[in-house]
Amino acid sequence: LSLPPSLPRRTQRLCYEQKKELQEIAERITAPGKGILAADESTGSMGKRLNPIGVENTEENRRLYRQLLFTADERMDACIGGVIFFHETLYQNADDGTNFSQLIKDRGIVVGIKVDKGVVPLAGTDGETTTQGLDGLAERCAQYKKDGADFAKWRSVLKISDNTPSELAIMENANVLARYASICQQNGIVPIVEPEILPDGDHDLKRCQYITEKVLSAVYKALSDHHVYLEGTLLKPNMVTPGHSCPQKYTNEEIAMATVTALRRTVPPAVTGVTFLSGGQSEEEASINLNAINTCPLGKPWALTFSYGRALQASALNAWRGERDNEKAAAEEFLKRAEVNGLAAQGKYESTGDSGAAGQSLYVANHAY
Amino acid sequence: MTHQFPALSSGQKRELQEIALRIVTPGKGILAADESVGSMGKRLNQIGVENTEENRRQYRQILFSADDRINSCIGGVIFFHETLYQHADDGTPFVKMIKDRGITVGIKVDKGVVPLAGTNGESTTQGLDGLSERCAQYKKDGANFAKWRCVFKISEATPSKLSIEENANVLARYSSICQQHGIVPIVEPEILPDGDHDLRRCQYVTEKVLAALYKAMSDHHVYLEGTLLKPNMATPGHSCPTKYSAEEVAMATVTALRRTVPPAVTGVTFLSGGQSEEEASVHLNAINNCSLVKPWTLTFSYGRALQVSALKTWRGHKENESAATEQFIKRAEVNGLACQGKYTGGGDSESDQIYVANHAY
Repeated sequence: LSLPPSLPRRTQRLCYEQKKELQEIAERITAPGKGILAADESTGSMGKRLNPIGVENTEENRRLYRQLLFTADERMDACIGGVIFFHETLYQNADDGTNFSQLIKDRGIVVGIKVDKGVVPLAGTDGETTTQGLDGLAERCAQYKKDGADFAKWRSVLKISDNTPSELAIMENANVLARYASICQQNGIVPIVEPEILPDGDHDLKRCQYITEKVLSAVYKALSDHHVYLEGTLLKPNMVTPGHSCPQKYTNEEIAMATVTALRRTVPPAVTGVTFLSGGQSEEEASINLNAINTCPLGKPWALTFSYGRALQASALNAWRGERDNEKAAAEEFLKRAEVNGLAAQGKYESTGDSGAAGQSLYVANHAY
Repeated sequence: MTHQFPALSSGQKRELQEIALRIVTPGKGILAADESVGSMGKRLNQIGVENTEENRRQYRQILFSADDRINSCIGGVIFFHETLYQHADDGTPFVKMIKDRGITVGIKVDKGVVPLAGTNGESTTQGLDGLSERCAQYKKDGANFAKWRCVFKISEATPSKLSIEENANVLARYSSICQQHGIVPIVEPEILPDGDHDLRRCQYVTEKVLAALYKAMSDHHVYLEGTLLKPNMATPGHSCPTKYSAEEVAMATVTALRRTVPPAVTGVTFLSGGQSEEEASVHLNAINNCSLVKPWTLTFSYGRALQVSALKTWRGHKENESAATEQFIKRAEVNGLACQGKYTGGGDSESDQIYVANHAY
């Protein structure tokens, strides 16, 4: 902060060009009407997706599945600003031999890469975790940049219970996210910072909002301490929602108000965009909530869009079921969700479903105090 | 920490937010008339006026008796304790004079800086003892907001980590106590312009100080929508050889705020520091015309920059009072325009000729 006289003033600080590049990448990903396809499921996670549709979790099946998403028609280009890859996928090719990373890049979509190496336990806590993956991260980033990636993603996980998240979990995860962000930026890679607070539990909306505010406040203090260039980052938070087993129901507007309020209290305007995770939400729920967030009447100085995995792919997976003949239909399902979310990210999505109807009769306070 | 123990009810939060919004209504800013007895001594000395309680009363009366023109550009007045209990010649309490014209009354509540042992001349600010009871009393006596000033300085080894954390913490404690009593806290982490550092260095230090401040505010459960921030603008040090345009100052200032101040903060009311009246207005205007997205109101909380001409015109003579008041009104109106980015006067050709980067990276 006030540097000791012996230290050169600008050690490893990003220069003007580096900052400009990072900011432009971040802006491109979250251009109006665009969001992110999170296709970075690890091998284990892909198993959980393929199993329910009776498809064997082989490298070829994973390749075929990602191919049908990546070769979807030009409708994708208007609503997908970035795709997050898993390491294996970055080096796979389409049937015609085109490398997937190149394929996505050629469509004008930014290529991203998941770089964390999963959660590990924090000893002495009530089942809490931190995330590993910092070792050799600089070298990996440099290589990923050469191989076409311009952004990365790192997921930390927090959970709500009587004793959690603890001070340690919050501080440790905020710190590791900031270290990751700092290393990425040194290598021209925009870091997406994901401090996911799980929806498991019976806590209400207010509790989730409160904890989200505490977590994000710690994240941004850590990012400042680590000299991270905020304009060249994106945030991937949970929406503020009640716990899965919470008996109380809330409208989409209440969820939106709680979410936007939490962000307004913690996320500096310099952050280029907020790309929500969908967590356990259904495809439609995730879209309706994103739409409500974008129509919330409070001032929102950052882009508010999506970075969805399951919420973009559930129907596509169901339509595919591993059959080559179903590929077109599966891609169509994906495009449908992509377009809906492209509208939701602009507050222009009018749901025809009745899932929002329950909320219309409830009084919605003008503010979430 | 995992459970919320609400510090304020919805009703209390709503009141605080409304007070804050009223102070920074578009086109309005704050008159900082809270100079302590010692500080008033410095002002009165320069114009050859004795620093007596009566002279201080007469001087504040000159400001407070300004006509209706200030109602549209002054949203709040910060008082010093003594002044809060003084009256105009006709017996009207100053507080009533201000409140009756729809201007919000504020009160300086800190008790000055004290040294931080083991640092290179750094300080923290005292005043927390009995603050709760004092706030309750001030609220009864008409105050709806308060101000507390912390001070930082830039040098080779400062501000230190201790100074930043300690001052951020004390500002957050003060804020928390104020809000419990329906008083909107103005948080002032002033980084002094003394030194030869350049604009970038000031911007960097401002970012670090403000990041620490808002972490402390979060830790202390302060309701941000019911607060105001009174920061320094990002400027080069007084003895910095490089000159910068108003646009560069504006860009550095807005960038620093964008990187640290959550949108929930209702308004930013800049201090003028050592700036001249015109400089302070021109800078405020440039800040409001900066092309970056600025989700908070950006206005003034000026002391010297609203009063210098008034003081010089008065010089302690009753027959100069009207003219002195007029000087004050003039600056108030100019700043009322500047806080909307509409001040067209006082431009200097310098700012047109220097290339201005589109961003302060």
